[in-house]
Amino acid sequence: MVSDKCGTGSKVLLSVRGLKRHFPIFHGLLRQQVGSIKAVDGVSFDVYCGETLGLVGESGCGKTTIGRTILQLYPPTAGEVRFDGVNLTRLKGRNLRRMRRRMQMIFQDPYASLNPRMTVGGIVAAPLKIHGVMRGREAARRVAELLELVGLNPGFVNRYPHEFSGGQRQRIGIARALALQPDFIVCDEPIAALDVSIQAQVVNLLQELQARFTLTYLFIAHDLSMVRHISDRVAVMYLGKIVEQTEREELYEHPLHPYTQALLSAVPICDPVIERQRQRIILEGDVPSPANPPAGCNFQTRCWLAMDVCREKEPDFRDVGGEHWVACYRVG
Amino acid sequence: MSSLLAVRNLTTRFHTHEGVVHAVSGVSFDLEKGEILGIVGESGCGKSVTMLSVLRLIPDPPGKIEAGEVCFGGRDLLRLTEPEMERVRGAEIAMIFQDPMTSLNPTLPIGFQIAEALRLHLGLGKRPAADRAAELLTVVGIPKARDRLGDYPHQFSGGMRQRVMIAMALSCHPQLLIADEPTTALDVTVQAQIIDLVQRLQAQLGMTVIWITHDLGVVARLVQRVMVMYAGHVVEDAPVEGLYASPGHPYTVGLLGSLPRRTKGGRTGLTSIPGQPPGLVAPGPGCPFAPRCRLMTARCLDENPALESVAAGHQVACWERGRMEGVWDGV
Amino acid sequence: MTELQVGSAERAAAGESLWRSAWRTLRHHPAGMMGLVGFSLVLLLVVLAPVVTPGDPTSMNLGHLLEPPSRLHLFGTDDLGRDILTRVLWGGRESLRVALIAVVVAAIGGVSLGLTAGYFGGRADSILMRLVDVLLAFPTILLVLSIVAALGPNLGTVLIAIGLSFIPNVARFVRGTVLVTKNCEYITAAHLLGATHTYVMLTQILPNILAPLIIYSTLGLGSAIMLTAGLSYLGLGAQPPSPEWGAMLNYGRDYLRDAWWMSVFPGLAIFACVLFINLLGDGLRDAMDPKLRV
Repeated sequence: MVSDKCGTGSKVLLSVRGLKRHFPIFHGLLRQQVGSIKAVDGVSFDVYCGETLGLVGESGCGKTTIGRTILQLYPPTAGEVRFDGVNLTRLKGRNLRRMRRRMQMIFQDPYASLNPRMTVGGIVAAPLKIHGVMRGREAARRVAELLELVGLNPGFVNRYPHEFSGGQRQRIGIARALALQPDFIVCDEPIAALDVSIQAQVVNLLQELQARFTLTYLFIAHDLSMVRHISDRVAVMYLGKIVEQTEREELYEHPLHPYTQALLSAVPICDPVIERQRQRIILEGDVPSPANPPAGCNFQTRCWLAMDVCREKEPDFRDVGGEHWVACYRVG
Repeated sequence: MSSLLAVRNLTTRFHTHEGVVHAVSGVSFDLEKGEILGIVGESGCGKSVTMLSVLRLIPDPPGKIEAGEVCFGGRDLLRLTEPEMERVRGAEIAMIFQDPMTSLNPTLPIGFQIAEALRLHLGLGKRPAADRAAELLTVVGIPKARDRLGDYPHQFSGGMRQRVMIAMALSCHPQLLIADEPTTALDVTVQAQIIDLVQRLQAQLGMTVIWITHDLGVVARLVQRVMVMYAGHVVEDAPVEGLYASPGHPYTVGLLGSLPRRTKGGRTGLTSIPGQPPGLVAPGPGCPFAPRCRLMTARCLDENPALESVAAGHQVACWERGRMEGVWDGV
Repeated sequence: MTELQVGSAERAAAGESLWRSAWRTLRHHPAGMMGLVGFSLVLLLVVLAPVVTPGDPTSMNLGHLLEPPSRLHLFGTDDLGRDILTRVLWGGRESLRVALIAVVVAAIGGVSLGLTAGYFGGRADSILMRLVDVLLAFPTILLVLSIVAALGPNLGTVLIAIGLSFIPNVARFVRGTVLVTKNCEYITAAHLLGATHTYVMLTQILPNILAPLIIYSTLGLGSAIMLTAGLSYLGLGAQPPSPEWGAMLNYGRDYLRDAWWMSVFPGLAIFACVLFINLLGDGLRDAMDPKLRV
């Protein structure tokens, strides 16, 4: 992970501060705003050049919205996103479009993320055409190169997405994301829709590409074992906020936040002997609605360690030692 | 040793424009009373179609159960008439599915839907059926059950809807519960709740359960015996500890290898199985896994191996099973 | 690098686009093929009218007035001795020309409106769609009659009128398709790649509209032919001596009892044309139905 691109130090490539993204809820004939869904509600973190930051959480925690807000697909409701020092929220029009060359996304659904009317060659060449960097034979050569890079037969350029399997389509999506040689890729649940044996192929590919091109990944997923495998650091989200964030092994070995503990406890381990002896934390109830988050700490409604202060005031997100950040009154 | 369910050589095919899809080919297994059997495989392996065939829920056309025997309660289910089969479904064998939203009628309150099964199969009147429905909802862990009888499916979360499905499935005291990927679409913490619930119920009621999934972690937690399927065939059938400790089939080894294991220190690459799962139209005569198998020989391409015993209660369908000793080094 | 796909030994051939797979399906659709063949035949005859027909549609032969169909005059002659077959074939050129251009006008207008409204949403969408709603509220005949009254009765007016009256329908359904397509992930992907709105609309969304547009236009063609004929029948379209089918129908009305062939053959021509077009449209719809695609 050390290379010319990132230098020898830990350079911060992406810096997110106080990011919020709320979706208004309208009601009535005149479409008045009656409330909002606080999908992302005040999130701050850094991503270092060349690393993989894993972002985990269950449905409704906001992890998908975060990926898209960072890439400015949704304008943030509040907060700031700095990429390589540049404030993305201030960029508009052509400047933003030019910046997009350096940040890309890989999507969850291999069936919806490719235009069914375009050939594979057309899909992978699209970024080159959009930015006018290559055309004609040069572009065709680059497309062939990219397809080979992701393990596909370059002869497939004239085929259509529906002729490929899920895993192959995901590779096409990866080839497209790499076309402009980005520095940063948001992987939005890239393997969730794939079979187990294909997941391994795609994850191996992502790791190889990262090593080869010094890519920085924000890996968003709900599969905790896979996140553990691929990430350097991991952040856990719950109802729009990050509740815990630290180096990978530290999180899995010493989870401090009660939600992280419950989450890890719920993940089944592929070993029946260990699995059946484990102590399990079973959470009560359901995740509260992001349109109506609880007062105080978001997790207090389901937390077995909740105290009065938890119900009144939201805990700060603090470093409790060794770059281990937690938002919980019971810790540190 | 009386099996509750004995399936022999079940074969189901779909006749489509593209050709004949061999969805299930010669599947055989036994299920003891009170056992929890897990059926594991990736998409297209035939695990759902097998169970739908057992319940004769395969749409005909284009599907057809071409061969086999399904012995349940002393009768061959494949030979029953449709009215007789209707009496079996729900009352003796119940099934729950992955997406409760499509299994529940969104326009009817759930109390009504649960009571419907009770009225149909047990002939209960309106009030006793409602009482029993509230009881069932409490058993599956839905708080304030009585008040919620009038609620509609969309008023419940995913996990709650799955609990409602379980309540419906249990309402007529079936002997066998088939669960087709019931937690795949749920969050991990909710999945833990549902698995916990099923384990408790199974212990309390002595139910027999078939749990279909692609998640090897869930299998490790819940089931007693595992059947691994690939391209419509059963390739391995073993007690759960035996499967993870010494998997006998190269496909099982490949699957277990694809999972991220807890490696302290450096990250090793995941062992992936090269290639793609096969198409199910016009399969060759040999083992379906042969084209992707590292141990493949000429015989594997010509003849499909049958399940043979390699240890107590552990069967593998592989010509090269002798070479599998020590291939898997576990965690 | 990573393992190549098993099966890369397959010939890496050109893929099967929507059009090719649609053609494959259409070939097995009996009604659709009948429509295709029938309409192609009509089109061929009509286009080759100058070559195929004896003489000229307006040439009168006063020695052969009101003759029933015979070997010399396959469709008979009219009260001025003109060969009906010739007139039917030449009339087809008029009817089809008007109908085709009207449908193209409607497609261009409707796509522009619908694409803009659907893609940009918000204010633009509201305004444009209210405009469309206003146009749709007029009964088609009334709308067409108003335009004809304003511009005078001739085929050109009819063309404009029909085209304009179809635009709202096309706009509506194009907008619907765009709304669905807009939310697909590959559109998000295009935006993320840095594409401009124009690029996305033209390169990503437009191809997805093409298939339903073609089906819609094919069926619209049938309606346009009927409308053209109808208006000409009412005297608002083609004027004599034009051999346009509707005009011929009207003209032959007075002779219906004695010289039925003057009206029946143009009528049959309209019927056959519209029937084949509708069959073709149905076939295309089934062939291009996304559900049938893999």
